[in-house]
Amino acid sequence: MKFSLSEDQQMVQDMARDFAKSRIEPIAMEFDKSHQFPQKLIKEMGELGLMGVNIPEEYGGAGFDTVSYSLAVMEIAKGCSSFAVTMSVNHLVCEIIRLYGSEENKKKYLVPLASGDHLGAFCLTEPQAGSDAQNQKTTAKLDGDDYILNGKKAFITNGTYSDVFIVTAVTSAKDAPKKEISAFLVEKDAEGLILGQPEHKMGQCASNTIEVTLENVRVPVSNMLAGTNGFKVMMNGLNSGRIGIASLCCGLASSALDEALSYAKDRQAFGKPLNRLPVIQDKIAEMGTLLEASKLMTLNAAYVKDSGSNYVKSASMAKYFAAENCLKIVDQALQIHGGNGYISEYKIEKLYRDARITSIYEGTSEIQKIVIARQMTK
Amino acid sequence: MNFELTEDQKMIQDMVRDFAKKYVEPGILERDTSMEFPHDIVAQLAEHGLMGMVYPEEYGGTGVDTISFALAIEELARHDGSLALTVASHTSLCTGHIFQFGSKELKDKYMPDLVSGTKLGGWGLTEAGSGSDASGMKTTAVLDGDHYIINGGKLFITQGSVGKTFVILAVTDRSKGNKGISAFVLESSMDGFSHGEKMDKLGMRSSDTRELIFENVKVPKENLLGELNHGFIDTMKVLEGGRIGIGALAIGLARGALDDSIAHAKERVQFGKPLSKLQAIQFKIAEMATELEGARLLVHQAAYLKDQGKPFGLEASTAKYHASEVGMKICSDGIQIHGGYGYMEEYHVERYYRDMKLCEIGEGTTEIQKMVIAKSMLK
Repeated sequence: MKFSLSEDQQMVQDMARDFAKSRIEPIAMEFDKSHQFPQKLIKEMGELGLMGVNIPEEYGGAGFDTVSYSLAVMEIAKGCSSFAVTMSVNHLVCEIIRLYGSEENKKKYLVPLASGDHLGAFCLTEPQAGSDAQNQKTTAKLDGDDYILNGKKAFITNGTYSDVFIVTAVTSAKDAPKKEISAFLVEKDAEGLILGQPEHKMGQCASNTIEVTLENVRVPVSNMLAGTNGFKVMMNGLNSGRIGIASLCCGLASSALDEALSYAKDRQAFGKPLNRLPVIQDKIAEMGTLLEASKLMTLNAAYVKDSGSNYVKSASMAKYFAAENCLKIVDQALQIHGGNGYISEYKIEKLYRDARITSIYEGTSEIQKIVIARQMTK
Repeated sequence: MNFELTEDQKMIQDMVRDFAKKYVEPGILERDTSMEFPHDIVAQLAEHGLMGMVYPEEYGGTGVDTISFALAIEELARHDGSLALTVASHTSLCTGHIFQFGSKELKDKYMPDLVSGTKLGGWGLTEAGSGSDASGMKTTAVLDGDHYIINGGKLFITQGSVGKTFVILAVTDRSKGNKGISAFVLESSMDGFSHGEKMDKLGMRSSDTRELIFENVKVPKENLLGELNHGFIDTMKVLEGGRIGIGALAIGLARGALDDSIAHAKERVQFGKPLSKLQAIQFKIAEMATELEGARLLVHQAAYLKDQGKPFGLEASTAKYHASEVGMKICSDGIQIHGGYGYMEEYHVERYYRDMKLCEIGEGTTEIQKMVIAKSMLK
């Protein structure tokens, strides 16, 4: 075992930290208020290799391992989790194409995505199908050399700004004994692809979330990923995505803890700084401990993925644990701020809102537990 | 980063796992009831080189790393928390204190017998009137020619009657508070050294917990361990290492609870299917497994830092605190999954639960760990 970073990992971490500190942190509050999508800064991240950290260089990525990727997301999320989720979803799309795309798919779609020239979106959720992803209604029907897609996808991160969408759809007949789901690469200019208006969200307001409607969208058969094994595409995509979201949770929680520490140092109560009060120290010790465990579980999942072993359990554990504890940590960090924590002028108010989605997207905590239990009782 | 065990670590894990299955599991229920100290198993541990494995070969050890030590403690605790506590306290506290702060003479004199397991070691800090606030201790050591005369007593001392070599803390300069405390190596055969009756306990019942009584115990001057009046500061260092052991112990007990619960859930049928197919039970198992995984990583990280010679006090406290807290929850949920059976001795999980409670108290309570953690974070 080795709990220290390699030189490459250290380098990626430093680079992401510098970028987050110098470019993201100064504007994070402003972008949150204005609900602006930071297109220019996301491009800059791409130029630094941050939009395809663990994608091989031959496919436009930076060619580092998943541990490095996880460290990078943590740092970016410390700056602002909206940036981190944008980054994480792009990586999820990259990962799916890397795993299941044909060589042509990779050249055409993966290279620009991983290098940050393009942005990707993953369209799985539907208005009526969240955790119950099997219940999706979007259909894809073969017509000559094309599939024709019809349906509605909800809560699509990066939607407005994406160049390519991975869309899952039902390919089996309505009365087929077994439902068959497939995944397709859809380009933004495809006729019939209708992008909705950005949703108004509680948090992560500088990330972009829209509804996507597909009306007779034609997709060439060559853009179908893994044939009719779309379910596998979904699951493996989500598994890798969970490492990204777990990392995001660690960064977000770390930022909340920093805010709490600095507030507790400055704020006076009962004649001394808050951080001299045992009740505050107790909170800080708990927050620090939970954050440390979250980081280790997340990096462990990344490591297991890099080693080529089955990482389903590790990734779900990391995502579940990091998200739940992120919520606890931001909550206690706000509590330490007292009334000030409720005021938007203080960063913790934003972090509190940002955190709430983490136990929901890319598999709710409840779904993670089902995944973990299945792995444990095999 | 590398989260895989090395070949050596894996080998020790396998070896102790086999050992525990063969020597430790049999008779565990009887030992828990009778509170009998398992001299025969300890002799086997000694024979397998497990009573001082982390120490260098010159003292008879095998010089394995702290991660391996943590793995070994986990494997023992998986079946028997009491035995794991015996090994952890013997190794980290008594032997650890002498190894870290003893003169060459003291090490040469005491280490070989401790490391080989020929003699068991105990360590005395706590007193009737001083637990978490160790500075309130009353035991005194007064220099008289070539000897220190020690008077007082210690409480809750593991290996209190079976131990032959003891490290104890005593006040050498009352006016200096924590900076007036020193450590001494005592032998149980010294005149005036005695122990109390076996203490009946909630858990860890076959570990040997006693009161120690010192009545004018004459200790040679050279048995002063570490510098004069430096005992308390050294003690804090010794405890840092000890906390890795207790963290590992908590992991082992929690793993016992989880493994047994999964096995029970697969077998036990209710509502027409195994418990393991019921979502209410699946969620508990997922929570238990996730918490255990996080705690184990914290313990191994602390062990790794110690092996690297880096500061590890914060990490050891974090690991010990978290592992024992989530350990309690895991054991409690384990009983819950077992239902009524879980409350019965025969099903072990109630014993893990009783044993686990010690992990929140021994070698620094949860509250003390949090103080250490907060202090370190607020630096």
